[in-house]
Parts: sequence; structure tokens; C-alpha cells
Amino acid sequence: MTVEPTRVTGAPTDVAGTVPRGPTSGTAQHPLFEYCCRIGDDRLVLGHRLSQWCGHAPILEEDIALANFALDFIGQASAFLGLAGEAEGAGRDADALAFLRDEFHFRNAQLVELPIGDFAFTIVRQYLFDAFDVLFMARLASSRHPVMAGIAAKALKEATYHVRHSAAWVVRLGDGTDESRQRMQDAVDRLWAFAGELFEGDAVDATMMEQGIGVDLPALRAPWELAVRETMAQATLVVPADPRVVTGGRRGRHSEFLGHMLAEMQILPRSHPGASW
Amino acid sequence: MAAPLTREQVLAWLDVVKDPEIPVLSVVELGVVRDVIIGDESVIVEITPTYSGCPAMHVMEDEIRAALGAHGIIAQVRLVFREPWTTAWMSDASREKLRAYGIAPPEPEAIAAPGLVALRRQHTVACPHCGSPRTVLKSEFGSTACKSIHVCSDCRQPFDHFKAI
Repeated sequence: MTVEPTRVTGAPTDVAGTVPRGPTSGTAQHPLFEYCCRIGDDRLVLGHRLSQWCGHAPILEEDIALANFALDFIGQASAFLGLAGEAEGAGRDADALAFLRDEFHFRNAQLVELPIGDFAFTIVRQYLFDAFDVLFMARLASSRHPVMAGIAAKALKEATYHVRHSAAWVVRLGDGTDESRQRMQDAVDRLWAFAGELFEGDAVDATMMEQGIGVDLPALRAPWELAVRETMAQATLVVPADPRVVTGGRRGRHSEFLGHMLAEMQILPRSHPGASW
Repeated sequence: MAAPLTREQVLAWLDVVKDPEIPVLSVVELGVVRDVIIGDESVIVEITPTYSGCPAMHVMEDEIRAALGAHGIIAQVRLVFREPWTTAWMSDASREKLRAYGIAPPEPEAIAAPGLVALRRQHTVACPHCGSPRTVLKSEFGSTACKSIHVCSDCRQPFDHFKAI
């Protein structure tokens, strides 16, 4: 069962099947471009969200940890968006794709664009993504596309220590005080439907798989659930039975939060085109 | 007429380019420089990132160009990913330089297998100051992405550890 698209705050929901805003050209014409944007955008948006903790995390060590995660993701985004720009062949580099595209051209899953919330929300989101990321990057590392395989092999090393860190927090806070457990459970309940989008496959994925480049996303769902359920059990958290999946991000349909985030992220290069320092 | 430029000569010149965060190791010793390709008109230096988002990479790139520029060479720096960088490439001499500088070096046997792994790691990090194995991990993330923070239970010194990846 799918719901499309979403407004997570209870604001009016768009009607499924309406025409998406903005141009959508490139979806079928440039599958490699599209594919690299999806991978890059997930990381760019999540990296930016994580960077918002800088100076605000509950302890100094975590402040540094999240800032380091942010760096890893933004570095990976830069590599994948650079590839996207080459695949497109229109002269756009990673910076142009990151800073000069509008919301409806972003291809990230909605999971990563939600505001950071409290620390529990950030950690649960991070864990759900990291557990996906190790599985995804392990498979992408054997892609027939040699550059993508190389970037993935690098990212896999990073995903490995990311998931170790976020899983440890899930267990510590889930199996913690009444308040920490409640906050973690609220986050799990709210985020569960958003994680489903990571495992959606469409025509772009099919094309990439045919070419030996891409990953079979739906096939990752079972090993992901196995790992996540084990961690949640250790953390005494309950995995929701709700089968709904929030969708739309891969087609440029986003929650109300992405545009605000991009406005903040993009204002400098848009106000001062070509500026460098 | 000058002798033709060799790869070894370029690598020797690059030895002056140090990691800005760890000024005892050069980009060659770190394994960041993957190859040097000498063309008719230019020299291409291939480098690989230590961590995807390592901010020091940009500094190293500029300094590689400047170091070769000092010898009249116009160098291009190209980022390559074909094999992920690992601390296993560090030589024993490089590890010793790190230890002498006060950073516990990465142990090759401590590199974690990639994937979904056990929550807690079990390897000990010896104190670079007094050599004691009785040390405590304080933070997996230190002053840079590549380092973690530990404290020695014997000499009581805090120290950085270059993580094994």
C-alpha cells in the first residue's frame, strides 16, 4: 500500500496522480544521470540535515560524530553528483547540481529531508538509513560501472562505522530511561513508513540493473528488516505493523520541508553566483 | 638538455606535501598519491580520498600543484576511487612517525570487515606516550574524521588514534 505524496505535519495532502510540478525530463532519457542523482541527493540532503546538529548535539563527542557523518555524506554526494553531471553531459558539475537545482528536481527519498527533530528522531532516522546504506553500498561496490563501484567501496567503509555508531545509540536510548525509550519509540513509529521508499524500484532501477550498474532495491528489504528488527529488539523498541510506505521523492515530489532546507543551503551560491573563497 | 622527468623524481618532490592535519606524513607516505602519469605537456597526479568528505583533500590538491609548480611543472590533480584507501597501505616507518608524533597508529589487523557488524569492537589501542595497553576509548570521532580520542589509564594522557579503516 502506498500513499503519495506526503505532508508529514497533517497539512492537506496532494491528490495522488496530479501532475508533478516542474520539468521531469531526463527520467527515462538519462537513466544513469537520474540514478546518480538519487544516490547523491540522499547523501547531500542527509549530510546537510546532520550538519544542523553542529554546535547543538547533547554532548561534545556526538556533536563531532554527527559533523563527521555529515562530511562523509557530503563527500559521497559530491562524488555521485559529479558522476551525474558527467552522465548528463550538459556542463553541470556537482556544485551546480547541489546548489542550482530546485526542490522538484531533487531525487532524494523523503526520509532524509525531514527536519532533525530531537536527538532520538535523528538517531532513529540515521540508523534506518545506515542499515540500508551498508547493504546498498556492498552491492553497488560490484557495479559494472567502475567509478561508481570505486566510490561505493569507499562509502561502504564509512557506512560500516556509521551503522555501528547509530545502532549503539538506538540500543542505549531505546533500552534507557522511560523518557528516552518513549522518544525513540515515537521516532520509530513516525519514521517507519518513510524507510520503505528506500526499497522502491522503478524503470530507472530496472534499466540500471539490466546494464549491470544498479542494485536490486526491493531485494534489500528482507536483509534490512532482519538486521533492524534484531537491533530494535535489543533496544526494546517495537517495530510498527503499519505497512504504509511514503513515496514520491524519487520523482521529485517532496514534503514541505525540503524547499525550506534548500533555501537555506543554496542562498549563498544563488545570491553570489560564481563566488569562491 | 635536462634529463627526462621520471615518476620517481615527481614522487620525491611530492614528499614535501604533508597532510595538513598530520604534518609528519606526506601524501606519498599516506598512500593518497596513487599514481603519477607523465605526459608530453603535463603531469597528472592521481590521488584518492582517505575519507569521502575529508576537507584536507582540497588543501593537499592545491599543495601538490604548488609543489610541482616550484619545479616548473604544470600538474593536473585527478581524483580516483578505483580502490578504496586503507590504513593498511601505511608502512611501518610511517606508523612509527605517527607514534613519535603522539598519535597511536592504525593497526592493520584492526580493520573491520565492511557490513553490518557487531556493536562493540574489541581491539586495544596502545598509548603512544608510555606504551601501555590500558587505554579507554573516549570518542570514536576526534579532531578529524580519521582519528578517535582515547585516554591512557597509566600515564593519564589523552591521545589521538589514527583509526584503522
